[in-house]
Amino acid sequence: MAAPDLHTFTLPNGLRVVLAPDTTSPVVGVSVHYDVGFRSEPEGRTGFAHLFEHLMFQGSESLEKLAHFRHVQSSGGTFNGSTHPDYTDYFEVLPSAALERALFLEADRMRAPKLTEENLRNQIDVVKEEIRLNVLNRPYGGFPWILLPPVLYQTFPNAHNGYGDFTDLEQASLDDCAAFFDTYYAPSNAVLTVAGDFTVEQARDLVEKHFGDVPARETAARPSFAEPRPQGELRGEHQDAHAPLPALAVGYRMPDPINELDAYLAHLVLASVLTEGDGSRLQQRMVHKEAMVTDINAGAGLFGPFEARDPDTFSVTAMYSPEVTVDRVLGALDEELELLASTPPSEQELAKVTARWVSSLHKEHDRLVSRTLALGSFQLLYGDPGLVYQLPDRIAAVTPEDVSAAAKLLRPDSRAVLQVFPAGGAE
Amino acid sequence: MSVQEHRSAEEIGRTELGPRPLPPLGEQRAAIGLSHVDTTLTNGLRVVVVKQSTVPMVELRLRIPFADTDLMHAAKAEVLASTFFSGTARRDRVAIDTDLALVGGELDASVDPERLSIGGNALASGLDTLLDVLSDALRGASYADEEVGREKGRLVERIAMAKSQPSVIARQALQKHRYGDHPATREMPEAEDVAKVTPEEVRALHQGFVLPRGSVLVLVGDVETDEAVAKLESALGGWKSDRTATELPELPVVSGGDLLFVPRTGAVQSQFRLSAQAITRTDPRYPALQLANLAFGGFFSSRLVENVREDKGYTYHARSYLEFTPGGATLLIDTDTASEVTANALLEIRYELARIVLTPPSETEVDTVRQYAIGQLLTATASQGGLASQLIGLASQGLGVEWLVEYPGRLKAVTAEEIAAAARDFFAPVNWTGVIVGDSAQFGNVRLLGDVKQ
Repeated sequence: MAAPDLHTFTLPNGLRVVLAPDTTSPVVGVSVHYDVGFRSEPEGRTGFAHLFEHLMFQGSESLEKLAHFRHVQSSGGTFNGSTHPDYTDYFEVLPSAALERALFLEADRMRAPKLTEENLRNQIDVVKEEIRLNVLNRPYGGFPWILLPPVLYQTFPNAHNGYGDFTDLEQASLDDCAAFFDTYYAPSNAVLTVAGDFTVEQARDLVEKHFGDVPARETAARPSFAEPRPQGELRGEHQDAHAPLPALAVGYRMPDPINELDAYLAHLVLASVLTEGDGSRLQQRMVHKEAMVTDINAGAGLFGPFEARDPDTFSVTAMYSPEVTVDRVLGALDEELELLASTPPSEQELAKVTARWVSSLHKEHDRLVSRTLALGSFQLLYGDPGLVYQLPDRIAAVTPEDVSAAAKLLRPDSRAVLQVFPAGGAE
Repeated sequence: MSVQEHRSAEEIGRTELGPRPLPPLGEQRAAIGLSHVDTTLTNGLRVVVVKQSTVPMVELRLRIPFADTDLMHAAKAEVLASTFFSGTARRDRVAIDTDLALVGGELDASVDPERLSIGGNALASGLDTLLDVLSDALRGASYADEEVGREKGRLVERIAMAKSQPSVIARQALQKHRYGDHPATREMPEAEDVAKVTPEEVRALHQGFVLPRGSVLVLVGDVETDEAVAKLESALGGWKSDRTATELPELPVVSGGDLLFVPRTGAVQSQFRLSAQAITRTDPRYPALQLANLAFGGFFSSRLVENVREDKGYTYHARSYLEFTPGGATLLIDTDTASEVTANALLEIRYELARIVLTPPSETEVDTVRQYAIGQLLTATASQGGLASQLIGLASQGLGVEWLVEYPGRLKAVTAEEIAAAARDFFAPVNWTGVIVGDSAQFGNVRLLGDVKQ
């Protein structure tokens, strides 16, 4: 797919800027990615990066509490933010007349967010309800993204719960917030992306006008989260009071997403060959022929691919009947991986994967939110937003032998196996 | 938490220059007109084709009215939907997946009490394949015994899974409370009914219910409209029947009354699901109602969200919205709150319902919701998938592209008085009923507020 018109530059304060003009619809997307995610939060402050994301919506020097939401929405736009392992993003999608407004709102909170005790306490309550809604009050809450990492990883950054423990959240102080902002939210630690209906000259002027005087600060050195691969098969168990069926998550380490991109892409292709569509290997065998699982999925990254730097996780998840043993499910998985390791997949299997990647990329490009966020995260993680548009060619270049080699790396003696058991009790 | 030097929160929130003024909005360019065709094929199927060439893809939606009063209908329909693309005389399950995958495509079927919905997409160059696979299934899905048997097993487990979700438990309780045993309440079949369904019954259901007349197909994408209509005629023209697809019988009117408290053991949150009768998009008061709803709880900057989330911290999520049913519409309020503030949350919801009647949206609120509604329409229809989903929703109420084009003008014309009237007519507390699903210990508290029964 041909790369669209992309322009990148850096302001004197270090803010990296990506402009992607496209006048097909009169709408614009604006996003800011900060190079800090939940892997960077300190021990004793699990969930802090996400809590801080909430606080960034609570007002800034020129904006009272609630003003951010009201200004975006009264301009006809939508907004959101999300916290990932290695970055935190904020975005607005609006009719193009509101471009300057969106830049103003993002610049104001990058320059001077209003961090108050009252808003901190209110947002701790809101985040606790978010966790109750998404984790504690429902079946398979946090499966596998909260439950698998502590089995696969040994170090705090990789293993801990990014949503946070309630006790840690409750202990968060205003001074923690100030320290976190000054350490990680410098303009030189961020990427601003503007995509949609504007001219490059107009956008560049507006970006300089609003972000130009955000004072430069030192950028924190990015730590390495590297840790050794597991020696052996690590097992973990979780009792789920709401779950009706057992579930299984198998976690493997993957090649470095940034520095070993081609090997990483071979794992993505492998995941598709294994579980994408009814014709995929594991769907055919485990769901349809032998009916041992209700659902099975494989994928790179616990939130999807291109979300994290090294180390990243390849996971296989399944829900299965209580009559089926976990060893039977694991046995079938290992047999299929061994088969792929010894006999490369067919050209047609790979052609299917490539065609579906091309169309998913078109769909992502067509939704302005996902286009804006993808350009920003690729600039942040890879230093190259245009890489988004090279992916179909890079994926098409993955050979059957590359997929075979990837399958060979997913070894039973270096992985984590998490089992979720229905604990009953609750209706 | 950090040993290094940093400013205090107060220092961070202040600059020398001080607060800055909000920039005004610029000039808004209008969306380019949509080239479209809205016509009926020889088999009676209505088709709406829109050319939107933002990316070289096509998005397809098909809605087949699919209602029945048979008590086993939900179970049979669910099995039909989950085996719809599992094989035909020409293709088995794997061949269907392979043919679609090679054109970057996908097709899925799902069902609810009202309709069978088919949705999918493909590279624009693969439109012929997409339509061929669809036509193949519409005309000759085979529902092979072993496919049906296996999907039934999976469905039984999936139903068990779904029924452990608090949101599903709450929805079922609300439907029963609002509509008793009307077929609309059978959104999810019972596992034991699914187990009884035979392949013959599924094949018979397909024969009797998967019908072109009364159904609508929407195609949006990088296509020439007339050429696409011709392709649809040639691919789907052979899907024929003299009968018309069956619409859901009209729903009873929702009238205000006591809330039902439904106990759920071990719950750490309470699910509020409240409802009142509303009006459809064809009613002249509809734009005013849409704006009144936005002001009440229809988006983040609404009274309800600012109160129960941003001020009180009772919830992560609260919203009100319109739900369209055949020939009617209802208003709903959804929120999930911490157990210990269940009664407090009920008090605030009732307060906001009464307040929007007695203190209708101010001029600023009216401006905000109007801009939001107009802007949302623009952003939601900017992508092919967004536009296709929007159009199939409209089509099921007999509306089309024209409605979408004219609606921003209607929103601009609504007056504050009309919004106040809509708030009074539809949001008055006396009009509402609903359910609260939560830990039984909370009933003692909510009961004290009145108009809640167990």
